[in-house]
Amino acid sequence: MPDISTIFFASRCSTMNSLWERAKANLSSEVVPGLLAAWPICLGYIPIGLAFGVLAQKAGLHPVAIGLMSLLVFAGSAQFIAISMLSAGAGILPIIVTTFAVNLRHFLMSSALAPYLSGVKKRTLSLFSYGITDESFAVNLLRFREGNWNITRGLIVNHTANITWIACSILGGYGGHLIPPQSFGIDYALIAMFIALLALQLRGYKYAVVAIVAGGLGVVFSLLFSGNMHIVLASLLAVVICAPLVRKFS
Amino acid sequence: MLDQEYIFLLIGMGLVTYLPRLIPLLVLASYKLPKWLLEGLDLIPVAILSAILLPLLLTAGETGQIYLLSPELLVAIPTFLFALKTRSISGTIVLGMLLFWLAGYLI
Repeated sequence: MPDISTIFFASRCSTMNSLWERAKANLSSEVVPGLLAAWPICLGYIPIGLAFGVLAQKAGLHPVAIGLMSLLVFAGSAQFIAISMLSAGAGILPIIVTTFAVNLRHFLMSSALAPYLSGVKKRTLSLFSYGITDESFAVNLLRFREGNWNITRGLIVNHTANITWIACSILGGYGGHLIPPQSFGIDYALIAMFIALLALQLRGYKYAVVAIVAGGLGVVFSLLFSGNMHIVLASLLAVVICAPLVRKFS
Repeated sequence: MLDQEYIFLLIGMGLVTYLPRLIPLLVLASYKLPKWLLEGLDLIPVAILSAILLPLLLTAGETGQIYLLSPELLVAIPTFLFALKTRSISGTIVLGMLLFWLAGYLI
């Protein structure tokens, strides 16, 4: 007859085993869909990350400093603007204020993602929100809306994109100028991804109306304001204008 | 180039970028949201995508200038139609890149 300690040991082994099995199952059931959703973003980040690295290196930043910025900030256009302001001899405060203005649009994206993430632990949300960019937002939101998506897959998308961004910006700092620009239309990868995601969002008349209003306002505002302010202003205004109309006619 | 000033700059930039990403999630994800807000939030993604994309295509990434015949815009039209028809993200990306690459030779 087995004594109590063997039984205890055996049951512990089986829990460990089932944990391991669960982790393995997770790997294929979450990582693969996550990576499949993330690859277009990564492809698009390669030329931009390299270009950023080259520019930052020309501005006198060491590859370590470049990588650190990509890690701590992780926001493409704000980083480009920061580099050009640094080269122009701007002080810390104006650069931080500009970064805030340029990245305020993530406030809207984070708000739009929130309804799909109720019940997720605050710690996980803190990690997830670090990776919210224009691209990861668009990809994750579409998948959440289609169902069949969860926070684990979202985290995989965000962090794969993040790692690609950091790695390419460092690589660019070491010698990205050696890579010929505009090869294989890679510069168009992110635009094409946005086109696809926009087309997939047009699931009815009301979305088409909002898209036209927001796009038109976006063009007008982009002529008036530099940076990315036009994105926040145009999309907020379009929603504020269209939401009551949509309500009235549906 | 890792002096103290640069570190302060990165911390500042990091905070003002991270907080707007974090706060709405922490606040909104823990409440049951009213219907009008959910309806508004439902319209935001399409608005943001369009507000990012259209200026990008029409101004070719530069502020203050409109280009009606930029390769970005010309390639976008068949790419968009393809996306509407096939609803395939990866197919659309491959087609868009291919057309843009070809456009580089033709235009």
